[in-house]
Amino acid sequence: MINLKKIRKAILTAVWFMFLTFPLMVMKVNTIENTVQWRWINLAYIGISAFIFSLFWEDLLKRRDNIASKDKKKSINNKISRKLENKKIRNISLFVLILIVVLFPFIMSMYQTSIITTALMYVVLGLGLNIVVGFGGLLHLGYAAFYAVGAYTYGLLYYHFGLSFWLCLPLGALFSALFGIILGFPILRLRGDYLAIVTLAFGEITKLVLENWNDFSFGPSGIANIPRPMFFGIKLKLAEVTNFTYFIAIGLTILTIIVIKRLESSKIGRAWEAMREDEIACQSMGIDITKAKLTAFSMGAVWAGIMGVLFAAKTTFINPASFTTWESIVILCVVVIGGMGSIPGVIVGALIFILTPEYLRAFSEYRMLIFGLALVIMMIFRPGGIIPKIRKTHQFKVKEVKE
Amino acid sequence: MSEVPILEVNDLSMVFGGLRAVDSVSLKINKGEIVALIGPNGAGKTTFFNCVTGVYVPTHGEIKINPPEGKTAILNGLKPNTINEKGLARTFQNIRLFSSMTVLENVMIGRHQCLKSGILSSILRTPKQRKEELKVLEDSYRILEKIGLEEYANDLACNLPYGGQRRLEIARAMATDPFLLLLDEPAAGMNPQETNDLVVLIQRLRKEDNISILLIEHDMSLVMTLSERIYVVDYGKMIAMGSPLEIKNNSQVIKAYLGEDIDA
Ligand SMILES: Nc1ncnc2c1ncn2[C@@H]1O[C@H](COP(=O)(O)OP(=O)(O)OP(=O)(O)O)[C@@H](O)[C@H]1O
Ligand SMILES: [Mg+2]
Repeated sequence: MINLKKIRKAILTAVWFMFLTFPLMVMKVNTIENTVQWRWINLAYIGISAFIFSLFWEDLLKRRDNIASKDKKKSINNKISRKLENKKIRNISLFVLILIVVLFPFIMSMYQTSIITTALMYVVLGLGLNIVVGFGGLLHLGYAAFYAVGAYTYGLLYYHFGLSFWLCLPLGALFSALFGIILGFPILRLRGDYLAIVTLAFGEITKLVLENWNDFSFGPSGIANIPRPMFFGIKLKLAEVTNFTYFIAIGLTILTIIVIKRLESSKIGRAWEAMREDEIACQSMGIDITKAKLTAFSMGAVWAGIMGVLFAAKTTFINPASFTTWESIVILCVVVIGGMGSIPGVIVGALIFILTPEYLRAFSEYRMLIFGLALVIMMIFRPGGIIPKIRKTHQFKVKEVKE
Repeated sequence: MSEVPILEVNDLSMVFGGLRAVDSVSLKINKGEIVALIGPNGAGKTTFFNCVTGVYVPTHGEIKINPPEGKTAILNGLKPNTINEKGLARTFQNIRLFSSMTVLENVMIGRHQCLKSGILSSILRTPKQRKEELKVLEDSYRILEKIGLEEYANDLACNLPYGGQRRLEIARAMATDPFLLLLDEPAAGMNPQETNDLVVLIQRLRKEDNISILLIEHDMSLVMTLSERIYVVDYGKMIAMGSPLEIKNNSQVIKAYLGEDIDA
């Protein structure tokens, strides 16, 4: 299995990787003492791991192809979903899940609860972007702009009119959806790369406007002292409000899942998917593609708007720095890694993608590197995402007998 | 009897830069007719279809319909989905299925126009919306049964055998309830057995669904058995029109297909 040629190739790869990562991994400039630290041990680590990795790379690829060519019905996903079809197992796991979810904030520390709340927010953001990217196939790189619209809706409406969190929640959704439609119009004719570029610019413009229009958005200094959510008009203590926010996030996540699931299996959901598959065929089958695109954008934006309001309420402070393109990219990564178009995939993707960095603070320096690596490996070995979409099937036999 | 044609195309031209892909073509289809449009490769047949179905906006000419039920309408400049709504459905020469959706879902897309529920009722799952969804499932399954694809209902469209994909294109088009079906090379890539089945299917569709059919096809035996009238185009121009027998013996048509040299 391992021959000389392979070893030579692996050595070359290792040397190449050592060369590539040299400035990043080996050199470290100490700006205080003005010296350069040479961390040669890192070079050795990289060399060895690149060597081992490239040695087995082809075998890994072969294994992947073998798995892919095997009957798809044997995949892990189906095993899980078949288990879940069993009523008893399903009920028990659902019960355990609910128990964990309800008890979590009472068992865990405030810090943990807050992290999970953030992760849940990304679940909703991911699910929202999934409508645009996963269902509609429209590559959107400015999703954080909608998030910002929601957050500023609450921030500004509170600042000027003293509107409450609960009132701003639907208003944030509404403004965000309107924003989605406004963005939708100029890009109706764009596709693929061009669409990505324009949405990217849209995200940047939104951020720049917020940064520079001081009279409107208070510029880079942002808006502070935004109130946390109130419990039926009662102001809660910090520990309580953290738990309360957690439960709001849970509630909104469940709402999102239900609504998006229903949309997915309805007329408009099918239209989105058909649009993704083939725009011309889709139009020739009587689907108004303008309407489909605009609804995809606005239905996707709604969730970012709602989460924006929640974000403002959770952090009590917003400024444009929270809504950068990096934010859009993170949400996109959640969708792509989780599984485009797959609701459970996006949920798992968001939890993994947001929680892992939180718990692996030790590696925070290499966060980007690890993200990049994870993305590349995912694209090669599981292009459908962690949990690829399973298509709904329908049984007709029963009905025929009845007739 | 001088009946009103259900489709009437007058003097249609489509120019791409310097190329006149379709050059002053006129064509009529009567109710219940099967008409074929033939011509050598690159003659402009697909371009003609694209003009009629709104994929291209024709440079010149008029496309008029007189649906059996409904008003006379001019199709020029309408969007493909509006034209489909008016009762023209088509298939594609280079199969354009929604390949990562199931066979059944492909047909359900075709029923899109017939569904009335909006976004809000879908989110609320109103009883009316649920009933409509059940109905669309059933209707789509019936259509698959008619076309003979019901056993593949839950398979991905891209996993169908080639002939099956061509039939699914027809099923999807039929799901939109057209009065005129435009088929672009429906038998391309099929084996003789599949082609025979296709002939039977097309005849059945015309009879049972009361539709008219305009088809582009290179398989001459299929064209001759199916069609009542044949139009022949070459280099974008209409060079002949007539019954299969007339076309078979038309010297201009033979010339177009076999080249100038053969001219006796
Ligand atoms: N969008 C376009 N832009 C420029 N030229 C085009 C376009 N579409 C078609 N053409 C040209 O128009 C001519 C007619 O093409 P068309 O596809 O209509 O032929 P066809 O009769 O369908 O041929 P075939 O039997 O091979 O399908 C060809 O020369 C083609 O290159
Ligand atoms: Mg053609």
